[in-house]
Amino acid sequence: MSEVPSELKFLSTHEWVLVEGNIATVGVSDHAQELLGDLVYVELPEQGSSIAAGDSVGVIESVKAASDTYAPVSGEVIEINDELEGAPDKINSDPYSDGWMYKVKMEDPEEVGDLLDAGAYSDAIADEE
Amino acid sequence: MGNKTPLYQCHLDAGAKIVDFAGWDMPINYGSQLKEHTIVRSDAGMFDVSHMTVVDVSGGDAKAYLQYLLANDVARLSVTGKALYSCMLNEGGGVIDDLIVYFLRDSFYRVVINSATREKDLAWLDLQARSYPDLRLKFRDDVAMLAIQGPQARDKAMALFADYQQQAMQQLSRFQGAEFDDCFIARTGYTGEDGYEIMMLSEQIADLWDSALAAGIAACGLGARDTLRLEAGMNLYGTDMDETTSPLVSGLSWTVSISDERDFIGKQALQAQQAAGVQQSLVGLLLLDRGVLRNHLKVLTAKGEGEITSGSYSPTLQQSIAMARVPAGATGQVEVEVRDKLLKAEIVKLPFVREGKSMLTEGGNNK
Repeated sequence: MSEVPSELKFLSTHEWVLVEGNIATVGVSDHAQELLGDLVYVELPEQGSSIAAGDSVGVIESVKAASDTYAPVSGEVIEINDELEGAPDKINSDPYSDGWMYKVKMEDPEEVGDLLDAGAYSDAIADEE
Repeated sequence: MGNKTPLYQCHLDAGAKIVDFAGWDMPINYGSQLKEHTIVRSDAGMFDVSHMTVVDVSGGDAKAYLQYLLANDVARLSVTGKALYSCMLNEGGGVIDDLIVYFLRDSFYRVVINSATREKDLAWLDLQARSYPDLRLKFRDDVAMLAIQGPQARDKAMALFADYQQQAMQQLSRFQGAEFDDCFIARTGYTGEDGYEIMMLSEQIADLWDSALAAGIAACGLGARDTLRLEAGMNLYGTDMDETTSPLVSGLSWTVSISDERDFIGKQALQAQQAAGVQQSLVGLLLLDRGVLRNHLKVLTAKGEGEITSGSYSPTLQQSIAMARVPAGATGQVEVEVRDKLLKAEIVKLPFVREGKSMLTEGGNNK
């Protein structure tokens, strides 16, 4: 079973969000990295760019497949995890910590209410299997 | 629920992730495809390839039958156990399948064909056999196959066999096999590394698997097998060539024996293609930008458009590579359409990797 930390929020497309004040840290879930297998390439949104909830803002690619990643919330990208460029496998080994992708300064923190909590996300991936 | 090889339970016990492959429940990896790939390049790994179809062809007409059936000429096989890679063509020169044929002894050949093409292949083999009265085709569903590959594969695999067998295994030249008892062991493979492919009766193969695991030969899945063969510049049937493409546009001209008197199915079509000028070629692509090349992406060259047939990530080169069918004569730098971007890539000679080493030398011997 893949790990689903209870303090995080999720999209059904497997992104996770850690909310701290008006800053959201975004990554992809343990379940997603298991599905994709060994990751070899990660494309992140540009630092300083504006993203809108639901937009396709990047790609993660494993040996076998490519998968778009979607913005869970709207706002400005204030920091990206540069280390993923040289070590995309950090998402495999540690999806919820070293494998984080980017941080967003949220325009509208109420958007967090539209995200799945850990229980709902667990149910969603259980249905998939 | 798909077909299962005799090693299915062994795969589950080894922690395999199972996927459907041409109707077979096969291991895609046992945790990490990248690690499995790397271990085959540096040590020894094994692959269950029991889903492939083994056909024994025997009788006084066996040689004549195979000479007409295959684009390569089995008359080249004179040493016992020697193997030949060939395409089996339709009348239009398209590839029905690619295969390995082993010359076991006089009037006796063993053919190994793909699993995805099994039904149409067997129907074609039967159909062509009708003109040859002294011919027997025996489908060996009782035989399983294990490939052990890597720089340490021969030493580690030999240690699993009895002394007299080890001697014979030691003496095999590349692309040669030998029979002992109910077992056939050949120094062939699909990874670009040295090693063996071992065929034995299905009920015996699980014991071999267990002793190989105990001897430090790593279980490797179809995922690693695909990236290994791509690095090695080896075609995959159904992806790099099929019934609509001839060997001449698939990087396989070297497997077609066309210049002598021998007639074979598809020969006229290939001669017509040669006379008209072969319009395309299958080449290697090395991605220069960041990203991953995938099957079916469009390739833009100075001579026109082409298409990637097999694209993936090369764990050895740590860069994306591909095989692509491009207009004949295209060379140098090209662009590949990946989503909404054009990425730079370079046409290079195949293979990318052989026996653990990059063939892309600094300054570009290979380019």
